[in-house]
Amino acid sequence: MLSVEQVSRTFNKKQVGFSDVSFTVKEGEIIGILGTSGCGKSTLLRVLAGLDKDYTGKFTWEKEQVGMMFQEPRLMPWLTVEQNVGFGMKGDSNSTIQELLKLVGLAGFEKLYPKDLSGGMAQRTALARALVTEPKVILLDEPFSAVDAFTKMQLQKLLLSIWKQQNTTMLLVTHDIDEALFLCDKIFILRGQPGELYETIIISEPKPRDRGDFKLTTRKAEILSLLDLKQTV
Amino acid sequence: MEHREHAVLSKANKTKELRFTKPKINRKVLLGSILPLTLLIIWEASGRMGIIESHLLPIPSVIVEGLYQMALEGTLWGHIGTTLMRVFAGFLIGTFTAVIIGSLVGYMKIFEELIDPIIQAFRSIPSLAWVPLFILWMGIGESSKVILIAVGVFFPVYLNMVAGIRGVDRKLIEVGKIYGYTSFEIVSKIILPASLPSLLTGIRSGLGLGWMFVVAAEIMGASKGLGYLLIVGQNTYSPDVIIGSIILFAILGKFTDWLLKFIEERSLRWQDSYANQR
Ligand SMILES: Nc1ncnc2c1ncn2[C@@H]1O[C@H](COP(=O)(O)OP(=O)(O)OP(=O)(O)O)[C@@H](O)[C@H]1O
Ligand SMILES: [Mg+2]
Repeated sequence: MLSVEQVSRTFNKKQVGFSDVSFTVKEGEIIGILGTSGCGKSTLLRVLAGLDKDYTGKFTWEKEQVGMMFQEPRLMPWLTVEQNVGFGMKGDSNSTIQELLKLVGLAGFEKLYPKDLSGGMAQRTALARALVTEPKVILLDEPFSAVDAFTKMQLQKLLLSIWKQQNTTMLLVTHDIDEALFLCDKIFILRGQPGELYETIIISEPKPRDRGDFKLTTRKAEILSLLDLKQTV
Repeated sequence: MEHREHAVLSKANKTKELRFTKPKINRKVLLGSILPLTLLIIWEASGRMGIIESHLLPIPSVIVEGLYQMALEGTLWGHIGTTLMRVFAGFLIGTFTAVIIGSLVGYMKIFEELIDPIIQAFRSIPSLAWVPLFILWMGIGESSKVILIAVGVFFPVYLNMVAGIRGVDRKLIEVGKIYGYTSFEIVSKIILPASLPSLLTGIRSGLGLGWMFVVAAEIMGASKGLGYLLIVGQNTYSPDVIIGSIILFAILGKFTDWLLKFIEERSLRWQDSYANQR
């Protein structure tokens, strides 16, 4: 599906960004990318999405249709919520839009402009916009960072149900270890400046998972210690 | 009896509610018109008392009377119509070319390098300096006037268009790229709407310049129009005609600007601006 070979993208005389990242992703996998702030996660997604061409190394997608949800909502301020959701769609698609708006909890807010949305509402609009075109691959950059714990769980379930229906491949950047444990088949841990792929954690538990699962809790401790810069190295 | 009282009470309540929404506009109009009205009254009074010499500055009632006479005779409408047509035509031509060229220059580096330097060079020529040349080329007919006005309108629209496009958030353009938009789609669906606020600012100042240039164009040689009335007033020693057409210029200018402002407010309701908050 996706194979990445020694891809690097650095700024500032190779001090920041990420370097020498290699991995492969199979179709229908959900990949989590964890790492400390500023270690190059967003940059990695931008490169994979084809928005940043100044990288070295090589990567190939098997499927072309890549959707992306950015770290910021990036809504068009002159479009209403529903127009924003339909931004990437061609032809008439109103019923799909309305349905997705309902799923992300924005029914009744269709006609608002982005200036009148809360941070979490804007983020959910962006999520709906990324999902509505039903891409085969979707890159998600901290998709639930601005919503409350309860909404977050619902949206995670929504992602899972879409994954189940369409076997979507997902790359998900997150700071929430529980989220990664709940959703992902593999978790990449990026570390350092510039960030390098430090560890790959495989979680073979079938989805949907129980959030309180004991096995997952032990993995959490493992991940935390991997992210702690002081402990190892 | 009691019933009646109740009815009256509720009526009073109603008027109160109505007042609650209306006075805002009234207050604005009232406050804004205090100064001009006082000045008008002082002007009229001092003119009547002979403090101001009427062959230099006629009193308001005489000016209005003069305009009214011209309106009755029917000549006034012809002058107003001619001037409006010239401004309108020049404004359209100037805006249209500025939007096209501005989009190209703003969006494509190659056009910026090719065209922008020469436009900047032309911009440093005071536009009125073109007048003799245009007359030489096109005579004193309509085309030289319209072109002159178009030149005046062009620059502010062009500059704001280019600045608006350059200021468009790269992050929004990336969203379009994710969806595989072509260059044309990116321009029409992201760049143009995003630079609309800046463009509208440019169009409004362009219109202002358009009015300025129509005066210049009509003074330099015309047989009709409000600018022509200015010259007639000068040659026949009638300050009331001059002031009358100045007032008409003011009214027309204000009215067209108000039209644009109305369109601006309508189309920029999405803007998260200070003005929209109030
Ligand atoms: N265009 C750029 N020019 C220069 N430096 C950049 C650029 N883009 C990113 N960087 C730098 O690259 C590093 C990684 O940025 P990136 O946005 O990928 O971090 P991140 O891992 O997503 O962090 P966070 O978790 O806080 O979102 C940062 O130090 C940032 O300053
Ligand atoms: Mg980031």
